[in-house]
Amino acid sequence: MRLVAEGLAALRGERVVFRHVNFEVSSGQALVLYGPNGSGKTTLLRILAGLLAVMAGRLRLLDNDSQPLTGEARDGALHFISHQDMIRTQLRVRETLRFHAALLGAPARDVDAALDVWGLSALAGISGGFLSAGQRRRLSLARLSLQPRRLWLLDEPLVALDAQARARLNNVCNKHLADGGIIVAATHEPFLAGMRTLHLSSGA
Amino acid sequence: MRTFAALFWRDLVLNIRSSGGAALSAAFFALIVVLAPLGLGPNAATLKALGPGLFWIAALLATLLGLERMVQQDVEDGTLDLFRLSPLPMELIIVAKILAHWLTSGLIITLLAPLLAPLLSLSFDAVPTLTLSLLLGTPGLSSIGAAAAALGTSVQRGGMVLAILVLPLNVPFLIFGASAVAAAQSGNDPSQALIFLAAASLIAMVVGPLAAAAALRLNED
Amino acid sequence: MLAYANPTRFLRLARTLTPWTLGAGILLSLVGLYLALFFAPPDYQQGEAMRIIYVHVPAAWMALFVYVCMAVSSAVAFIWKHPLADIAAKASAPIGLVFTALALITGMLWGQPMWGAWWVWDARLTSVLILFFLYLGYIVLWGAIDEPTRAARAARILALVGVVNVPIIHFSVEWWSTLHQGATVFRADGPSMTTPMLIPLLVMAVAYNILYVAFLLIRMRMEVSERRLRTLRLGLEGASS
Repeated sequence: MRLVAEGLAALRGERVVFRHVNFEVSSGQALVLYGPNGSGKTTLLRILAGLLAVMAGRLRLLDNDSQPLTGEARDGALHFISHQDMIRTQLRVRETLRFHAALLGAPARDVDAALDVWGLSALAGISGGFLSAGQRRRLSLARLSLQPRRLWLLDEPLVALDAQARARLNNVCNKHLADGGIIVAATHEPFLAGMRTLHLSSGA
Repeated sequence: MRTFAALFWRDLVLNIRSSGGAALSAAFFALIVVLAPLGLGPNAATLKALGPGLFWIAALLATLLGLERMVQQDVEDGTLDLFRLSPLPMELIIVAKILAHWLTSGLIITLLAPLLAPLLSLSFDAVPTLTLSLLLGTPGLSSIGAAAAALGTSVQRGGMVLAILVLPLNVPFLIFGASAVAAAQSGNDPSQALIFLAAASLIAMVVGPLAAAAALRLNED
Repeated sequence: MLAYANPTRFLRLARTLTPWTLGAGILLSLVGLYLALFFAPPDYQQGEAMRIIYVHVPAAWMALFVYVCMAVSSAVAFIWKHPLADIAAKASAPIGLVFTALALITGMLWGQPMWGAWWVWDARLTSVLILFFLYLGYIVLWGAIDEPTRAARAARILALVGVVNVPIIHFSVEWWSTLHQGATVFRADGPSMTTPMLIPLLVMAVAYNILYVAFLLIRMRMEVSERRLRTLRLGLEGASS
């Protein structure tokens, strides 16, 4: 699988946030996005997820036979973990993840396994309102473990995570890459050492 | 189908567990019915004449509650992104939400109305028509509400704006619903009004999800 | 037609057309008013007071017509995503609101000598009143959303939902009115209209239409310039940071 971006440009509101963004990431590779606030990291990730239209340029997600993925096939090939955590105070941790599993079309039986991967098993019956910032982050990231998908798009995955959780995240990501997955992550901190980076500058 | 069920279930749970949910709708509806005689005087003949309209005005207002929560939070916390990436069409997502909203507002009101009917001296013969009219009309109210709720997602604290968008559109429901009850009460045949009410409700159930889905889809593109 | 979809060309065309349409609209309104006051015969039942229908009836027509125009622009914006169509819809709303208000006020003024009440729940007046709130909701929605592109998208859908609902609302109000034996008061159509009455009515209707175009052009020009200014400012901010 390959993710190819050629001359991407994006508009937020009525302003151009970036232009001339080029990159190509293939199976087993990661691309880490750096840049100051407002430089368009989130916008780029949302474009890659297919949630925003590109203003100019071309973006393709190609499968192993170099056939472009579109529509539902494309949506079904990626995980998008935004910087927002979709956690409601009225829903317990397990209920939240079950709902996310249903939205992804993942079997409900994998929910407990995913909770376990992210060290949330003990919190399964707790209401979302009582979670700390780090726990909320882990619950969002637990979506990654619900269903194997090739392309992971992570927006600020490290925020609020403690050392142990970061190690967990690193393990999960490295395993994903070893299995032939692709990761594009936006962050302000060192992440996935040795992988390729892309620096977005503001007002470019 | 499983996705639809899970979404419906989640919205239902959210509506029931949150403080502004089903209980609030019911309490609000009852309160309007209780307040009316205090403002209009306890004269049974007056209340009897005004009752059908009051019940339907109360229904219009009570179904407004919970609309703001229907999609607003999903947009704010990014759940909408998951909706858009999920294979379930946005229209069906909205239908699930309308269903969850109706069960926790329209249906509750429908069940509550017969119990409150004596408070407004509604004649006994009109009670089945009142229940039936609410049963037919409230799904339409939830559907129109969904469209307005989706339109209001970009509005900060959009509750009041929502009311201004929704209430004029709900005029046909008020007219047909109240007329049906009034007709039954005066011994006339309410079926024409009920048929029109059902028709308005059906149209709303088609237009509502389509408009709401379009509004959400256009949120960003 | 497509050539004028370009904002710059539109601005140039609008600038030339504005004074002409405005002048023609005002002039024709004056002619219409003159005909209504001196040419048309007084009604043998209602006397001189009924002359207000020459202001009222075309205003009620316009209230509906502008809403339909707004919905058509919204549909165009929805399908072809053209910003000028959004601007046209947005610019139409306050004009439609003014026509609606004019119809309501003249209706009330006429009602006073007619029935001795400032407001009677006549079917048409009621429909116009609800239309007033539909306009209001549309305008409020534009105002309530800060980001113009988002506001435009939401407003498009509201206008379309509204236009689907207008006939239903109208039907329900008509039905409600016959149920309560309300008289349809403004019978401006039908065979009872004589030519000397019809002429001023049509002249006023045409005058209102031209005025609508004039104010639409003025408001659209304002909106386009405002958007350009904002884009310019945002662009400068983007370059300096």
